[in-house]
Amino acid sequence: MDIVYFAWVRERIGRPKEKIDTDARTVTELVEELRAREERYALAFSDLSALRVAVDQELTDFDAPLDGAREVAFFPPMTGG
Amino acid sequence: MQDAPFDLGAEAAAFAAGRKDLGAVVTFTGVVRDNAAGTLQAMQIEHYPGMTEKALTKIAEEAAARWSLGDVLVIHRYGDLTPGELIMMVATAARHRKDAFEAAEYLMDYLKSRAPFWKREITTTGESSWVAAKDEDEDALKRW
Repeated sequence: MDIVYFAWVRERIGRPKEKIDTDARTVTELVEELRAREERYALAFSDLSALRVAVDQELTDFDAPLDGAREVAFFPPMTGG
Repeated sequence: MQDAPFDLGAEAAAFAAGRKDLGAVVTFTGVVRDNAAGTLQAMQIEHYPGMTEKALTKIAEEAAARWSLGDVLVIHRYGDLTPGELIMMVATAARHRKDAFEAAEYLMDYLKSRAPFWKREITTTGESSWVAAKDEDEDALKRW
């Protein structure tokens, strides 16, 4: 699965994207796996209310299923316009 | 979606040109605003290639479903911009102005907090910070 990061999430984790093998069934389970990896992940995911998630480029919730998902993106609330 | 500047006059003139059934055209332009201290050197705009196009299309389609529109245009830049530069524009065309105005406001409200863009400000004093999303921008979606 491709995991992509934007804005300060990308900066905290130190890379724009990575490929991982995971059995996570939901976004929340994926976040738990990532948090357990290293301190920088734990820091980036310390406050989920400050984060948004997209699964296969569609904005969704943290309890969304990952069934068949190819790409999960984590980023701060958007500031367009 | 583009990193290059756009010509507001040319875009506005070409938009819905020749459509004799559309009596109202509304355009909104977003400009890079200097910070309160007047020290903004650059605004960097990051986006999510692929998702950005999908999100903008979805927002425009939603507007077209809610209002009677003859045409819709959204241009949004990314990359490094300086104060006074144009960031983005939306244009809506309708038979009557109410549809054109409301749809333009709707597009702007959704672009602010549902299109995957992130802004970072760099100051002449060397500081760099991500622009935080405002609660009022999220609240603005509730009226639709």
